[in-house]
Amino acid sequence: MKELAGIYIIWLRDVKKFFRDKPRIIGSLAQPAIFLFILGSGLAISFQVFGGGGGKDYLEFMFPGIIGMTILFTSFFSAMSIIWDREFGFLKEVLVSPLSRASIVIGKNLGGSTVAMIQGSIILIFSPILKIPITVVSILKLLPIMFLTAMVISSLGITLAARLKTMQGFQVLTNFILMPMFFLSGALFPLVDLPKWMAYLVIINPLSYGIDAMRTVMLGNSYPQLHPLYINVIVLSAIIIVITFIGILLFNKQE
Amino acid sequence: MSNNIIEVKNLVKKFNNITAVDNISFSVKEGEIFGFLGPNGAGKTTTINIICTLLSLNSGDVTLCGYNVLKDKNKIRNCIGLVFQDPSLDDRLTAMENLNFHSLLYNVPRKLIKKRCEEVLETVDLTNRKNDLVRTFSGGMRRRLEIARGLIHYPKILFLDEPTIGLDPQTRHKIWDYIIKLKKNQNITIFLTTHYIEESEICNRIAIIDRGKIIAFDTPEALKDMVGMDIIIISSKDNNKLKFYIEKKLNKKVEIHEDDNIKFEVKNSSNFIPDFIKNCPVKITSINARKSTLNDVFLNLTGREIREEYMNAKDNFKLKMRFRTRM
Ligand SMILES: Nc1ncnc2c1ncn2[C@@H]1O[C@H](COP(=O)(O)OP(=O)(O)O)[C@@H](O)[C@H]1O
Ligand SMILES: [Mg+2]
Repeated sequence: MKELAGIYIIWLRDVKKFFRDKPRIIGSLAQPAIFLFILGSGLAISFQVFGGGGGKDYLEFMFPGIIGMTILFTSFFSAMSIIWDREFGFLKEVLVSPLSRASIVIGKNLGGSTVAMIQGSIILIFSPILKIPITVVSILKLLPIMFLTAMVISSLGITLAARLKTMQGFQVLTNFILMPMFFLSGALFPLVDLPKWMAYLVIINPLSYGIDAMRTVMLGNSYPQLHPLYINVIVLSAIIIVITFIGILLFNKQE
Repeated sequence: MSNNIIEVKNLVKKFNNITAVDNISFSVKEGEIFGFLGPNGAGKTTTINIICTLLSLNSGDVTLCGYNVLKDKNKIRNCIGLVFQDPSLDDRLTAMENLNFHSLLYNVPRKLIKKRCEEVLETVDLTNRKNDLVRTFSGGMRRRLEIARGLIHYPKILFLDEPTIGLDPQTRHKIWDYIIKLKKNQNITIFLTTHYIEESEICNRIAIIDRGKIIAFDTPEALKDMVGMDIIIISSKDNNKLKFYIEKKLNKKVEIHEDDNIKFEVKNSSNFIPDFIKNCPVKITSINARKSTLNDVFLNLTGREIREEYMNAKDNFKLKMRFRTRM
């Protein structure tokens, strides 16, 4: 009960700060919009020029991928706010309280994931313009998958943040973890007939399971699926549990 | 059990090759204001962080309210309030939201939260700003809010790490008043650290700490009696001649300060000065007498002044950060 109150208030802080920061909400729509309208439309044309049509289908294919991209960046940056909290001292206030490290990690994860899920849902407003078919049912299925995907990325970010003392390592992480994760996630191109080394990287890329699942619930099986939906859900859940556990251990270790 | 609420025995803490805390032992009595006085880098914050379960220790034995810092972390965290040296508020939240956050972390019963928050805001005079974002607060207001926050869960002990660092003298005095008022009204134990001499005067007992070691430990009065002398500072037309006179004729040990002042100690300055002026062979341009302070105690023990202590790069950076976020 007392741990729940702590989880709740850590979650609430992130959610409150998200809604308070209107410019950030609007600003973070810019990147997906650029990907969808400029890159997406451009690539759709090039597919028509270079081969076998299917231009409009590409936008449809890409759409869940861009939701995944939004979730990836939002939840990772949310987790990295721990480093800001450390640098600006707020983290100490949390760490000296009687709340367990496990609850701190879980509250932070739920907060970042909620924000990422909301941010991901906002992308859906582009779907009528791009004529992407969505239904109430598919949205209801999509929400938990978005949340699960966000939790995977959050747990990863939080676990990394447990050991990062300053923002300096952040740029490195973005370039060496975030970007490869994004490009090897199936967001922009189908993950079929890949060279061996790339196929291995896809297997260990948690985001690839999330985007595969999102594409399945939004578009059915009209595009190449990596795994059945239930496999995706199981793998995502398993990764969340393992990485969260490591994160808690790292936070429990004292200097 | 004795009425010692904190007991520290032979505590050692090393960071790589620096010994930050070097085998110190002391105890804090229930209900007192206890002070750690020492220059930057003396090991004050490190000691507090160990007592508050935020840092591990290399060796030694630390108990608080009878709980061991290594074994009963959660019990200790439940009975302390800590105001950190560096700012630790979320400045994108309002004052009330910061307090509410703290209340839930510390498991204050839901029904009581609002009442407690209003109560502590009242104590530090921030009631009319409770719904403003902390970003809009001045440094002093933030500090008061941090002190208020440390009180919400009714801690047995309140730790204040450099409670007035970087604040203007007026705000500083106001915060001292709050601390004294707190101790009187709520009867909690207060453990503060400081490198301001004046600040340590509000303590019941102080430990003077330097380079990780406690070099003196007593009430402020007793410590000043240790020096026991009044200090006379003179400048004159011919300092060398005056020095010679004081040393040879009056048999006193004299220091010449870099700002051309002559400094020496006497038992009783009010009796000494009239005679001295009458008999002095050199023309005196100014004369100044004062009671000894804790700074003199420190000077006496270490040969250095607390004030002139170097600041290391990290502290300097922290101080700058503090000003940046506080202004
Ligand atoms: N995390 C740390 N890593 C390495 N050295 C540290 C760390 N924290 C403090 N120190 C060193 O320990 C000594 C004592 O520091 P501190 O306890 O902050 O002093 P004070 O609070 O009295 O100014 C200083 O030399 C400081 O540089
Ligand atoms: Mg300090």
